[in-house]
Amino acid sequence: MIIGALRQTGRLFALAAEVSRAVFRRPFQFREFVEQFWFVASVTILPAALVSIPFGAVIALQVGSLTQQLGAQSFTGGASVLAVVQQASPLIVALLIAGAAGSAICADLGSRTIREELDAMEVMGVSPVQRLVVPRVLATMAVAVLLNGLVSVVGTLGGYFFNVILQGGTPGAYLSSFSALAQPADLYVSELKALVFGFIAGIVAAHRGLNPRGGPKGVGDAVNQSVVITFLLLFFVNMVMTAVYLQIVPPKGG
Amino acid sequence: MGIEVVVEGLTKSFGRQSVWRDVTLTLPAGEVSVMLGPSGTGKTVFLKSLIGLLKPEKGRVLINGVDMVNSPEREIYETRKLFGLMFQDGALFGSMSLFDNIAFPLREHTRKKESEIRRIVMERIEVVGLLGAEGKLPGEISGGMRKRAGLARALVLDPQIILCDEPDSGLDPVRTAYLSQLLIDLNAQIDATMLIVTHNLDIAATVPDNMGMLFRRELVTFGPREVLLTSEEPVVAQFLDGRREGPIGMSEEKDAATLAAEAGAGAAPAPPRRIVPQLEPSPGLPPRAAVARRRRRVMAMVDQLPPAARSAIRETYAADAAAPTLTAPSAGSGT
Repeated sequence: MIIGALRQTGRLFALAAEVSRAVFRRPFQFREFVEQFWFVASVTILPAALVSIPFGAVIALQVGSLTQQLGAQSFTGGASVLAVVQQASPLIVALLIAGAAGSAICADLGSRTIREELDAMEVMGVSPVQRLVVPRVLATMAVAVLLNGLVSVVGTLGGYFFNVILQGGTPGAYLSSFSALAQPADLYVSELKALVFGFIAGIVAAHRGLNPRGGPKGVGDAVNQSVVITFLLLFFVNMVMTAVYLQIVPPKGG
Repeated sequence: MGIEVVVEGLTKSFGRQSVWRDVTLTLPAGEVSVMLGPSGTGKTVFLKSLIGLLKPEKGRVLINGVDMVNSPEREIYETRKLFGLMFQDGALFGSMSLFDNIAFPLREHTRKKESEIRRIVMERIEVVGLLGAEGKLPGEISGGMRKRAGLARALVLDPQIILCDEPDSGLDPVRTAYLSQLLIDLNAQIDATMLIVTHNLDIAATVPDNMGMLFRRELVTFGPREVLLTSEEPVVAQFLDGRREGPIGMSEEKDAATLAAEAGAGAAPAPPRRIVPQLEPSPGLPPRAAVARRRRRVMAMVDQLPPAARSAIRETYAADAAAPTLTAPSAGSGT
């Protein structure tokens, strides 16, 4: 049981290393990359925007309520924006990339594997990792980074709307507290998180898709596993990255 | 001319269950070989091991000096370009039309212009008789057509080694006969080394130069077709006659008690088998270069073969004595 889990973990890392190497191997599958990029973007943009508005609102309302009780209402803007940009946005991106794009990638690769298409490809001297997995992983990474920007903006606007219009905060206080507490490093780490999450989601989806157990049922199980494993990994990695960031980057307000 | 495939001491198992042990054979360059075996004896696993898709635990598969089992991945990928593998159900890419499927290896491995690719692909499509279906998706055609499309894709890079996994499964007898003829014609045209894995007796009787059989986790025998076709080995005899009496049971093999009971019951002996002449290339095609090579090779080893096989070989070659390359052995003509 434990050995089995370790073996799977090892294979996952081996695939990650293989993909990292294959990224630089010519010829680059540009067409496949564009197609996958377009596909991943098309299944994630709308849900991401729709999720980020209420998410920004929830954070704004919660933080607004707390700061009001503490008498620090003028800092609502800074606090809620930081929460959205640093935490909520990468996680929303991660959920959508893993849930919408990762599951589709896993199902696609899995059904190709059980139909022996990938074997056929290898027999023809074409590496499935280079031909199929690399463009998909790069596409999820690129979409994650761009999507993160979108979610940050939409979430911030949502928070602003709810704080200023509904809770009666003042626009000036919102913006000035924002510029007092936030710094560019917050945005950078947010994008870095999105990049890493995109990579993990792509690798896990590809790994489960390349190794389904048994027939069509196995593909269904693989998709299920890929989403669950990705979520577990992403929340863990998020925790580590947040902890490291808070340690090494000095807070602006302090 | 095709490339010789040397298999040495190959052993493969899945977990604790061994598939076959210590398989050693040589596929002679440019000749057609058939690997027989009851269902579930690891014939497909053997094919996939030859091409490096599965990794046997022991042994080597040497092709042009590259070991498909242990060599670095990069060399294996390079060597695979010499192969054409026809999968059991075609293994076509479901999202591409037949044309794109067949053009895939060309687009990946060559820098040919699209017009050139179109010419080559249409030529192959015509060879396998799929003209008019090139725009269809694999899901829209019958299993037999998928198989032929898979063969066309395997042929498009002019492979030196062609492996066919059960080319007959799912085909009717007439189509199987056409396919047998197609394989022989191909061999005449491109002189590739071919290995066909099957349990179809018609293909086994008419197509190959060499035959082998896998049973009970071992290679029972491999050699010139006459050796297997005249073999008195119980497994081989039972298989070639398609009888129930013998060591092969419904599930892989019978135990000793059942066999003894069978022997006691005294099943009627099978009538002696007749060796059917091998297929010739279609009229208009060049003769197979492998025929002359095989003749030289077989005649050199004829004295070490069992007597039945020896006389069968002499008979075959005496029948077309007009062939120019006949080199009669000095010792012991006749039996």
